[in-house]
Amino acid sequence: MNAQPMKFVPASEFKQRAAVAVADQHLRKSFRGAMDFLITKRAAQFPDAAALESQRLLAEHIRKYSLARLPELLEQLERKLTDNGVKVHWAETAEEACAIIIGIAQSHSTKLMVKGKSMVSEEVELNHAMADVGIDALESDMGEYIVQLDGEKPSHIIMPAIHKTKEQISRLFADKVPGARYTDSVDELIGIGRAVLREKFMSAEVGMSGVNFAVAETGTLCLVENEGNGRMCTTVPNVHIAITGIEKVVEKLEHVPPLFGLLTRSATGQAITTYLNMISGPRRPGEKDGPRELHLVLVDNGRTQAYADQQLRSTLQCIRCGACMNHCPVYTRIGGHAYGTTYPGPIGEIISPHMLGLAATHVLPTASSLCGACGEVCPVRIPIPELLVRLREEAQHDARPGHAPLLGQGAAKSRLVDAVWAGWAALYTRPALYRAFGWLATRLRVLTPPFQGGWTVSRTPMKPAARTLHERMAARKSRWQ
Amino acid sequence: MDQAGSRHYPDKPTKVYLFGTCLIDLFCPDAGIDAVQLLEREGIEVHFPADQTCCGQPAHSSGFPEQARAVALAQLRLFPEPWPVIVPSGSCAGTMRHHYPEMFADDPQLHAEVSALAERVFELSEFLVHVARVELSDRGAPTRVALHTSCAARREMGTLEHGRSLLAQLAAVEVVMHEHESECCGFGGTFSLKHPAISSAMAGDKVDALRETGARSFVSADCGCMLSLNHTLQKRGDDFQGQHLASFLWQRTNDGGEPR
Repeated sequence: MNAQPMKFVPASEFKQRAAVAVADQHLRKSFRGAMDFLITKRAAQFPDAAALESQRLLAEHIRKYSLARLPELLEQLERKLTDNGVKVHWAETAEEACAIIIGIAQSHSTKLMVKGKSMVSEEVELNHAMADVGIDALESDMGEYIVQLDGEKPSHIIMPAIHKTKEQISRLFADKVPGARYTDSVDELIGIGRAVLREKFMSAEVGMSGVNFAVAETGTLCLVENEGNGRMCTTVPNVHIAITGIEKVVEKLEHVPPLFGLLTRSATGQAITTYLNMISGPRRPGEKDGPRELHLVLVDNGRTQAYADQQLRSTLQCIRCGACMNHCPVYTRIGGHAYGTTYPGPIGEIISPHMLGLAATHVLPTASSLCGACGEVCPVRIPIPELLVRLREEAQHDARPGHAPLLGQGAAKSRLVDAVWAGWAALYTRPALYRAFGWLATRLRVLTPPFQGGWTVSRTPMKPAARTLHERMAARKSRWQ
Repeated sequence: MDQAGSRHYPDKPTKVYLFGTCLIDLFCPDAGIDAVQLLEREGIEVHFPADQTCCGQPAHSSGFPEQARAVALAQLRLFPEPWPVIVPSGSCAGTMRHHYPEMFADDPQLHAEVSALAERVFELSEFLVHVARVELSDRGAPTRVALHTSCAARREMGTLEHGRSLLAQLAAVEVVMHEHESECCGFGGTFSLKHPAISSAMAGDKVDALRETGARSFVSADCGCMLSLNHTLQKRGDDFQGQHLASFLWQRTNDGGEPR
């Protein structure tokens, strides 16, 4: 099976795509239902608000501590992994990451690679690059398998096919999987997918996976999963390639359990996942399974830009649980595809600008009412609303003095918008002018424009009151005194 | 952010300032007057500095910090006495209490000044419950209302329970919960202008949820949310409307004799 042409929408078309998405009642209903389910499951795992808060504080501390020492921890990780027999590769860009992986695959003359779930591989668009050189990169996570079969991207970082109904999946399998018939039994559907994948696990020379936590002191790659496909990909093929972002490193093994516990409970409302794979090297002499060759590809792809700024660095605390999107009222309304980026929802809005530049993504940080639900549930306490505001600022202005410009810095700058805010500030810093404005607006209220931009799409126009509070308070004062 | 129960509250003062907010000033002054009347009935003298305009939040959240700082500075020295500053809006109170210190983080003197002001800023319902410790006596006919708490009030000011506890004092008022009670109504200031499709979808779902409770009306302590929802309902031709909490409380508890 070759990768299908991508139904990919650039982030710059976000508004059009979002408008189509909110009008799709089927999509609205299915995302609402799925997010409600996940929200309820998560809440059941955290019955004690104070206990949750102390766990979040600990997790935040671990992530901040790790990031503060990131360069040395990465070096320690590389040393330790190398000692363990793992080959470590560094990729500054998405293209470099793909080239490294293609190079490894080609050195084994393979035409087939099986993949466990990895958002970083999505981020670097690996499947596409592999297809271009004639290598099948087959997704083995059931959700990823489904979206790949349909030529789509994941619509959620944890549940890639959450936008699809059972019926759609059934039709897809009947169309695309040789020998599959239409069925509305979920068990049968999973059976169909499994039968295909089982055979591929056996025949693939190379297996691929992501990494949830990379432990520097032991050189251990931790992989969290439920389906067992991750273990298959990392133990059956002769070669295992792991790919991850440079921010995933922690210093000590003891830093993993607090993060792992919050990850699974925040993501799917599970106290623990079915599998936690801890991989510290290739097969050793006398061992009966495991890959004979193990690689780790550490990807930057814009992360050092976030890292360089004290405030933006907290973006890299993320452990990819997806709770921010599950709780986001915007994501719930439009689903993941409307964002046009690998990472949708609030985390996508704050991380995509570093990967793709503000020129392509500046609309994303504006797609939030700043309600704060994301920051409230984030297990590592990333102040997402504050970062959204910061990125709005960077998109509208040149870099702050003493700060390096971000990729696409000032891409949303507009003389008109600048003039509007300059005028706004001029009015609201001049009390007498402001009162005169209020006086006039109330007297001219019958002339209120019937169309007020985005406001009147679904609302009646805003109309000033008969008198401002300022006037009424002044009148009141003179009456009582 | 203020966690519920974490803030130290002063004794009931004899004088307070009112920061009316720009939205209330121009679009719902009744809510401001009703807030004043509620405070005065507790024996508190309310001072309304005539030079106040806006807290600066719209520019701050839109990525124009210079303009936000300029407008914030224009408010900073309007409250010279050490009296509480009462704000009948969770998001404006949140801006003054939490964002002012961030906005002036790199200027030690201004930071100290805004931080001192931030300490005196109270959202109206928070003040009524914890500082004025009002005891309300309901004079209205039995009714049923839904309550929409703004996200800023809920998350920045920790005032989730204050509206509820004030309404609970009203004997003939039944407060009903709506579906997805904690979810944003879609207003979000300039968000409603920049992303009308998404904002409208959120507002539409919120009014549906409020409507489905069978309540006679809804109450909100934030004018932004209230206006967004009311104008959405009006566009639908629906006469179900919301009221600012201050107005609802005043109307339920007032003898009817005092003028506005």
